[in-house]
Amino acid sequence: MHLENTCVLSQKALGNYRVLELASERIAPAVRPGQFVHLRVPRLADAVLRRPLSVFRAEADRLALLYKPIGYGTGALTRVQAGDAVSLLGPLGNGFPVALPPDRMPVLVAGGYGVAPLFLLARELPQRGIVFAGTASAKDILCREDFEALGWDYRAATEDGTLGRQGLVTALLDDWMRNRPSNLMPEFYACGPDGMLRAVGERAVVGGWRAWLSLDRHMGCGVGACLACVQRLRRPEGIVWGRVCRDGPVFEAREIVWDEPGETKKEVSR
Amino acid sequence: MKPDLAIEIAGIRMRNPVMVASGTFGYAEEYADVIDLSRLGAIVVKGISLKPWSGNPIPRLVEVPGGLVNAIGLQNPGVEGFIHQHMPFLRTLDTPVLVNIWGRTAQEYAETAARLNDVEGVRGLEINISCPNIKEGGLAFGTNPSAAADVIRAVRARTRLPIIPKLSPNVSDIRVFARVAAEHGADAISLINSYPAMVIDVERRRPALANVTGGLSGPAIHPIAVKLVYEAAQATRLPIIGMGGISTARDALEFIIAGASAVAVGTATFGDPMTALNVIEGIETYLSDHGFSSASELVGALEQ
Ligand SMILES: Cc1cc2nc3c(=O)[nH]c(=O)nc-3n(C[C@H](O)[C@H](O)[C@H](O)COP(=O)(O)OP(=O)(O)OC[C@H]3O[C@@H](n4cnc5c(N)ncnc54)[C@H](O)[C@@H]3O)c2cc1C
Ligand SMILES: Cc1cc2nc3c(=O)[nH]c(=O)nc-3n(C[C@H](O)[C@H](O)[C@H](O)COP(=O)(O)O)c2cc1C
Ligand code: FES
Repeated sequence: MHLENTCVLSQKALGNYRVLELASERIAPAVRPGQFVHLRVPRLADAVLRRPLSVFRAEADRLALLYKPIGYGTGALTRVQAGDAVSLLGPLGNGFPVALPPDRMPVLVAGGYGVAPLFLLARELPQRGIVFAGTASAKDILCREDFEALGWDYRAATEDGTLGRQGLVTALLDDWMRNRPSNLMPEFYACGPDGMLRAVGERAVVGGWRAWLSLDRHMGCGVGACLACVQRLRRPEGIVWGRVCRDGPVFEAREIVWDEPGETKKEVSR
Repeated sequence: MKPDLAIEIAGIRMRNPVMVASGTFGYAEEYADVIDLSRLGAIVVKGISLKPWSGNPIPRLVEVPGGLVNAIGLQNPGVEGFIHQHMPFLRTLDTPVLVNIWGRTAQEYAETAARLNDVEGVRGLEINISCPNIKEGGLAFGTNPSAAADVIRAVRARTRLPIIPKLSPNVSDIRVFARVAAEHGADAISLINSYPAMVIDVERRRPALANVTGGLSGPAIHPIAVKLVYEAAQATRLPIIGMGGISTARDALEFIIAGASAVAVGTATFGDPMTALNVIEGIETYLSDHGFSSASELVGALEQ
């Protein structure tokens, strides 16, 4: 983990998203797929927290982030320009496992900005496979050509039906699962909203496959110190709190204990 | 000549008066990669209780202008878990380690304190009687002078370590609590803890925090904290550790001039992990620029 004072190289719009490229000599070379950086938005004097953003691309001396402006911090980030100073803390989190038995086919499932960490993963997995990407509309279908150039089969679902199948990405995944060759053994990697992750995890558990799910939780410190970002996990010693920033953000589906609707008591054993 | 930053508080010698505040620095390991821990004045670890405690549901933290509201709920592995999981690392540091403790009854505080008595590497206890985030204990002790006295007395009876009650800002007269601490055997006091607060998500018409309410910390509470440190310093000769919203050396200097012997940096570490180290440098520069030969000369140097 490094604290790096760096600067913006470029910022470009990509549909409703932005790609922010930053110089980084210390963090970028150390990044593994699924890891994130904690970024201090410049000139946001009254904001005390950094913002966690997944690494989308990493090279020897630079890295890129892919983000959607949704609020105060990410909104202000859109005004950052080439040459502006930015502070990064990273790389943070565990990232996705990249070792994969040769008989498995990687299946990536992305919701919204979830394509960012999965794109970095797609470059490093030993086998190519299939990507399911879901977004609100065609404008937000991200990185299709990039995945295809790497040899991945890319399937899109949009909620408004402007591109690919209309509806949720999990419906697209289900169609494919029903028609796939029976000897095909998938290994899932997913990043997106909780509902999507949970659905992917349930399919993996039922089928007896593994699913690596990257969670998004509100963060404070980003390094494991404040206990803001916790998630209940099933571990040999019982139900425990994991810190999404340090023990995650990636967990195997069987580890995650999802909250049930109406459940108020969240006891853990330690 | 370089000013002398070293201080002694509650019998604990520190290389400078800048500590890191409980709950914002975990168990120090978390920040070891990015901060030279040996430059800190002291480290106060996350609140520890007699038995493991699971804390509150999420969301536990929300940002507001100039601060954040947290309701972590004192999640911790219990005193045994703490000793086994975290003391081996903390013991290797040459920076004094203070353990922040809390309980649901005066008895629990006292037992936790007693368990830490002979643990190598523990240099003192900060007694949290001011957490806004749990129903039992915490703030219930910190807002009632006789309940505060019970806790401090019970802990004093069971430990040889220096004890530092941590006071709440949510009281009508801080001087009363400063005197209670002095009368019942405290070696120093620290203040302030976060200020009870609430944030509502208007889109969903729900509390932003699962616990409904939480504690406000960060720059927003700094002037409140300075006033309370100033008042406490008038009421007691106990050394004071001032905190609440420090993000620059000037913020820390205000506490010292108001009467604090040491300060602690909390929330600001999240935004900039280097804050505590920058504050140390800034204090040193200020002392030499203004002709002070030591940090202790500045304590309570307020001109009126
Ligand atoms: C591990 C991880 C990786 C992420 N990667 C990306 C990415 O690659 N691209 C991308 O667009 N977004 C990503 N996010 C989500 C992103 O962090 C939030 O969209 C962002 O923090 C919102 O900040 P804001 O100030 O614009 O929103 P506001 O709602 O104004 O923020 C208020 C507070 O809530 C927090 N917050 C609000 N929404 C979220 C959220 N969804 N997740 C975490 N904190 C939140 C903010 O940090 C801030 O503390 C990631 C989140 C996590 C946890
Ligand atoms: C996330 C978080 C967790 C905290 N946990 C504790 C705790 O366990 N015990 C305690 O006495 N104070 C705790 N505090 C209070 C701080 O130690 C400090 O008193 C308060 O935040 C004011 O300082 P600041 O404005 O610099 O953060 C916590 C504060 C925050 C923000
Ligand atoms: S964000 Fe602080 S522990 Fe995860």
